[in-house]
Amino acid sequence: MSGYRLESARIGDTVNFTFDGKRYQGVAGDTLASALLANGVDLFGRSFKYHRPRGLFSAGVEEPSALVTLGCGARAEPNTRATVVELFEGLEATSQNRWPSLALDVMAVNGLAGPILSAGFYYKTFMGPTRKAWKFYEHFIRKAAGLGKASFLPDPDRYEEMNAFCDVLVVGAGPAGMMAAMTAANSGARVILADEQSTLGGNLRDSAVATNPLAKLSATDEVTLLPRTTVYGYYDDNTLGAVERVADHLPAPVKGQPRERHWTIRARQVVIATGAIERPIVFGDNDKPGVMLADAGRLYVERHGVAPGRQVALFTNNDGAYRSVAALSAAGVAITAIVEARQEIGDQARRIAAASGAELLTGHVVTRALGGQSLSGIAVATFDPKQGASESAHRHVAADCLLVSGGWTPTLHLASQAGGPARWDDTLTAFLPGEALQPWRAAGACNGTFATATALDQGAAAGAAAAAACGFASNAPDLPQADDEPVAEAPLPVWDARPKHGKGKAFVDLQHDVTAADVSLAHREGFRSVEHLKRYTTLGMATDQGKTSNVIGLALMARERQLSIPEVGTTRFRPPYTPVSLGALAGQARGANFRPTRRTALHDWHEAKGAEMQAAGLWMRPRIYPQGGETVEQAYVREARQVRQSVGMVDVSTLGKIDVQGPDAAEFLNRVYSNGFLKLPEGKARYGLMLREDGFLWDDGTTWRLSEARFLMTTTTANAAPVLSQLEFLLAAVWPELKVAVTSVTEQWAGMAVSGPKSRDVIAAVVDDIDMSNEALPFMGVRAGHIGGVPVLVARLSFSGELAYEVYCGAHHGAAVWTRLLEAGEPFGMIPYGVEALGTLRIEKGHVAGPELDGRTTAEDLGLAAMVSTRKHFIGSAMVQREGLTDPQRLKLVGFVSTDGGKIRPGAHLVAANDTASPPRSLGHITSVTYSPALEKYIALGLLEDGPSRLGAKLVATYPLKNIDVAVEVVSPHFFDPEGSRMHA
Amino acid sequence: MLIPCPHCGPRDLGEFTYGGDATRDRPDPHSSPGGGASAEDWCGYVFYRDNPRGRHVEYWHHGQGCRLWLKVVRDTVTHKIEGAEIVGPWADAEPKKQRGAA
Repeated sequence: MSGYRLESARIGDTVNFTFDGKRYQGVAGDTLASALLANGVDLFGRSFKYHRPRGLFSAGVEEPSALVTLGCGARAEPNTRATVVELFEGLEATSQNRWPSLALDVMAVNGLAGPILSAGFYYKTFMGPTRKAWKFYEHFIRKAAGLGKASFLPDPDRYEEMNAFCDVLVVGAGPAGMMAAMTAANSGARVILADEQSTLGGNLRDSAVATNPLAKLSATDEVTLLPRTTVYGYYDDNTLGAVERVADHLPAPVKGQPRERHWTIRARQVVIATGAIERPIVFGDNDKPGVMLADAGRLYVERHGVAPGRQVALFTNNDGAYRSVAALSAAGVAITAIVEARQEIGDQARRIAAASGAELLTGHVVTRALGGQSLSGIAVATFDPKQGASESAHRHVAADCLLVSGGWTPTLHLASQAGGPARWDDTLTAFLPGEALQPWRAAGACNGTFATATALDQGAAAGAAAAAACGFASNAPDLPQADDEPVAEAPLPVWDARPKHGKGKAFVDLQHDVTAADVSLAHREGFRSVEHLKRYTTLGMATDQGKTSNVIGLALMARERQLSIPEVGTTRFRPPYTPVSLGALAGQARGANFRPTRRTALHDWHEAKGAEMQAAGLWMRPRIYPQGGETVEQAYVREARQVRQSVGMVDVSTLGKIDVQGPDAAEFLNRVYSNGFLKLPEGKARYGLMLREDGFLWDDGTTWRLSEARFLMTTTTANAAPVLSQLEFLLAAVWPELKVAVTSVTEQWAGMAVSGPKSRDVIAAVVDDIDMSNEALPFMGVRAGHIGGVPVLVARLSFSGELAYEVYCGAHHGAAVWTRLLEAGEPFGMIPYGVEALGTLRIEKGHVAGPELDGRTTAEDLGLAAMVSTRKHFIGSAMVQREGLTDPQRLKLVGFVSTDGGKIRPGAHLVAANDTASPPRSLGHITSVTYSPALEKYIALGLLEDGPSRLGAKLVATYPLKNIDVAVEVVSPHFFDPEGSRMHA
Repeated sequence: MLIPCPHCGPRDLGEFTYGGDATRDRPDPHSSPGGGASAEDWCGYVFYRDNPRGRHVEYWHHGQGCRLWLKVVRDTVTHKIEGAEIVGPWADAEPKKQRGAA
């Protein structure tokens, strides 16, 4: 192919760019493809499997061959289609899948091994007895086959999300779409018109339409125009996904602009006017650079002023391709021959052919492309629709570019996603949209209407109908007059033009290197259904999703099976229509914005005091408050020790808090918790266990009776939301007769736990109106009062095993109350402590938390059987006595101490010390680990087979991933103060 | 997918959480003198689910909206929703007044 810029071309500003490091110049308005074509470049890349030289095949999104990597560094984007990349100053493009260079690719020997690398090669070679060989060869095979490479660097660009609502969404701004949008807008409907190209109009930009409707459609409050926007998916309830390429045509996004914008569009009605994609005809070596779709040749001439070659031939089976002849002739490009499969052609086509001066060979087909790395000629043979191409009567015609047209394939993707099976039209030899299962209408070429005049008419009708369905009276603008043009209305069904013993590889899917022989092979080996054909040969599975190849593949399989094409069927299209960048789907939800961050009322205080924060679900909690270069362990050991010796305070605001109110509140809680709540007196709290319906332990927490009909329930941090949803479910669906209302108050309360022997003194110093004596506020007692005028609840609860109180106040007063308490604690050396020390204190006490409540443990497993009532019904009571849940061999909670001083790893498995098997039998595992300042050794909680009967046993906590073995002794989980005398002090 | 919440109006799927099959009834724990429903009844309620193709009645929780539990009749093939009703004592409550209504 030796493309060149036409003299007649309107010359725009020069644009400099590089391809494989070489400098080129294009003009404003070029695509990368048209600019390279104008520079005479004919080699764009190497093919996926055989590394064959590939050129430019199309001028649009269907491009299977001209795939390049765009940009470099973090902005490098592999597998972009040169045909849709808008040229900009400084653009850098690199060819793919070649080594060491595009012109000399040593992997091209794969082509010689073609018969071996046919469909099913990998399965046959590596899935049988030679399976092990895969491990050896995989590296080389992966290196040899493939497309571009991702950058592996973080994406430097920003992406936006938009939600839009409209009456009528029109997808595609060609003749039908333009008219549909104008008509709907004229009727008063709110319209969005989206088109993947940079300029709206489609073929109206080139064809002779007397009054161009483009002039009359402009963006208003009611009309949103979205060029460079691909509607890629059609989802439930008329929701469509679209990606707007805001800055892909610029070197980098303009400040304040995203690179791409994702649109979620909810439309009441949709008009699908997505056009059609030309398909080729298969012949020998039909992938040779220089072979191009006929309409692409026209577009390069008409839109970019670039001739695709100096000696152009055409191979067609339909009248539509003569539009390309007319365009090329008008631009002065020499057409040497028109190879026409049909005997008879339309009058207008015949006139165009005659005017072009080309030799018209009716009843002929191209059987093979000739030449080395690019096209130098074509082999032509006579053709009989019954017998096929002649084996003998053939001749050669010189050509450096062959335009091919095998008819048109309507772009059914959206219609298929939201509709029934496609219908086959024998005259058009094409699938058309099936039944609409959502409110959409198809118009124009995607509906099989290829003539501009009819498409305009159909678009107007679709726009009017869509507007009417939204309640707008139709007000259609005048239809513009379109010139007569040759139309691809009845292509001769020629799919594979080769004679029986034709030479050369004949490609069906250029991007995945699937040949006609592969389709035959799939048939011979029994992969005959369209789904099997696709998966066995990978036909239509690459980034182009078979836009130019699917129908041909089907037709060839139909020929093998001697069925009609619709009998073979068609696969359903799935989104996306064209590749969508992950950045566009992620939008702003990345990094710290991937999910919301919840901060307690005391967050700023923690940060100001240098706390090391850690995530607990969405919440941020202080882990430790390190002092002067302390390690994590040093910090939490100091904090925990200070709590046991004097007093400390921890932020517990993240605990789930649910306000439970109503006359039946106590009855409700009694059914929700496994232990009794009916007799909980006012001003008292109780620790409760919640089970799932299947009898396993789910959540725990204290619930406080504030008054006769009002409780404050606390849950674990992680289960706050699921517990509330479950309570709401029970009240709605299971016990609607109970008069109870539940409300989340997690964020309304700030909570702080004051723990340690001096905690009573601290609170007594600041609380205005609560008698803090042991008699007046006993263990588990709850009182309302004030600290510095701020209303607070003080509950005498202990997670640490020390004398301790939880102080709750309105979140906005949290910081004030917290600071006030710390000031009062100063004489006692009161410190804030983080969740590490919180963990240390509760592990020393054998209190369970998240690592033990892992969804697989029962109350009995954790030594809490006494809290499971046998005298009442509650959620989970029916299943808790199942055999599997009462088996004594179950893993049960016990404590462990490290006997060799080693640090036990959470997740380590417990094995017998003398077990030499590999791997040794696991008797259980470690759940929580800490260094205990009280015991001055590493201790752990864990789940052990029949644990309580093994107290005193010597085991090994093994962590094979890191090769860590620690000798442990099984002990009671209540390491410290097992009588609980300290918290009752 | 849009779910027609009887309280809030049509709302996006993202506001809801799926609550599973709404055709099963929780066994009555006090239904028989022996202390309740049989183990088989409970197994059926807790574990066994049909996976119907077509019409299905499902629980959905409008957690990001009114927080009501709904029974939604949905076609599992087409995702078409036949209707939705509020579950529980709020089912008969007065609907929220439309904005602008008298």
